[in-house]
Amino acid sequence: MTAPDILAIDPAAETERIAIALRNFLIRNRRRGVVIGLSGGIDSTVTAALAVRALGADRVLGLLMPERQSDEATLMLSRVVVEWLKIRSAEEDITDLLEAAGFFRRFSSAARQAIPDFDDSWKSKVVIHATGGPHTFSYFSIVGQAPDGRTETARLPHQAYLGIVAATNFKQRIRKMLEYYHADRLNLAVAGTPNRLEYDQGFFVKNGDGSADIKPIAHLYKTQVYQLAEYLGVPTEVRRRPPTTDTYSLPQGHDEFYFALPYHQMDLCLYGKNHGLSPEVVAAAAKLDRATVEHVWADIDRKRAATHYLHLRPTLVADVPEISALE
Amino acid sequence: MSDTKNEIRKFVVETFLFGQDTGLADDASFLDHGIVDSTGVIELVAHLEKTYGIKVKDEELTPDNLDSIDAIAAYLDRKRAAGGMIA
Repeated sequence: MTAPDILAIDPAAETERIAIALRNFLIRNRRRGVVIGLSGGIDSTVTAALAVRALGADRVLGLLMPERQSDEATLMLSRVVVEWLKIRSAEEDITDLLEAAGFFRRFSSAARQAIPDFDDSWKSKVVIHATGGPHTFSYFSIVGQAPDGRTETARLPHQAYLGIVAATNFKQRIRKMLEYYHADRLNLAVAGTPNRLEYDQGFFVKNGDGSADIKPIAHLYKTQVYQLAEYLGVPTEVRRRPPTTDTYSLPQGHDEFYFALPYHQMDLCLYGKNHGLSPEVVAAAAKLDRATVEHVWADIDRKRAATHYLHLRPTLVADVPEISALE
Repeated sequence: MSDTKNEIRKFVVETFLFGQDTGLADDASFLDHGIVDSTGVIELVAHLEKTYGIKVKDEELTPDNLDSIDAIAAYLDRKRAAGGMIA
């Protein structure tokens, strides 16, 4: 098994498979096209490009939803994608909505439990720490940067961590609210954009970016999403952009916040675990040692267990068979 | 069982198991039994810091110290011996 081979897909065939699934979904559910929240990142871009291949540009709406803490590249690259695909688009700055929901005030209040001087003028990000070894705990720190450039890092105590996560989740949920607004007014379906690693590992906000009518690339490893990106001709600047959460006001990589390793190594570990490969084979392919692979596998299991509830539909006390029968 | 172990058990059962103590062994791993996740760990740490007047250092946030009732009790004993507790 070599790393480039095991995750190789036939991009033409996969594009057609996704196109058929998209068209069939829209026909079955009587929707006229899709709305996609664009971030200028590879996942939303490939999702939009696949939708255009499947439906035509006139049936795809791209939503650009920056806010005052967004990375400048997000809006710029999202506009590049709209121009490249020649799709309809709408720009909705969500800063006022965040303000109305009290996001900035609530976030700062929570952050001050760890960094007493923190206020709205500071930038910040949250970083995960694993205490190491195959059997491990994680904890979170906030890195704050004051306007004068000095930084302060502090471990987040329990209530502060929950408060920061809850406040930050406003961003994903407000964006999803706008996606469904446009979907409702234009009779479109909402296409979600998670890749397989994100979907599998619960890297999404419940009723935020985790909510969608269809998720065209959730079965694809991120490595495979990049293969589609090349096949579909995604602009180079989008393909070269490092994965980022673009959630906090300081740049934050996925591996700082959620995943243990860069995505290409996580993909190989996840693929190996899903296909029952030996840790030695996965280690060789991912250029890791066996202990690290086993540590990642254990972490994958923990995250699946911890985030299982994010995938759940509402639980009913008793079945409503007239509705269950429709599925 | 010591008072400390009793207190830890009570917290774990009430907080994470909704009062249902289904025979959790003192040496049962919280991680292996799916009792705590990352959020649960920092909730446990907050409880220990508040109840025992200690500061759990970053490097002490390990399964060896916190992953079972026995481990926590032993960790608290070490903190007490080092003069790091007021309770």
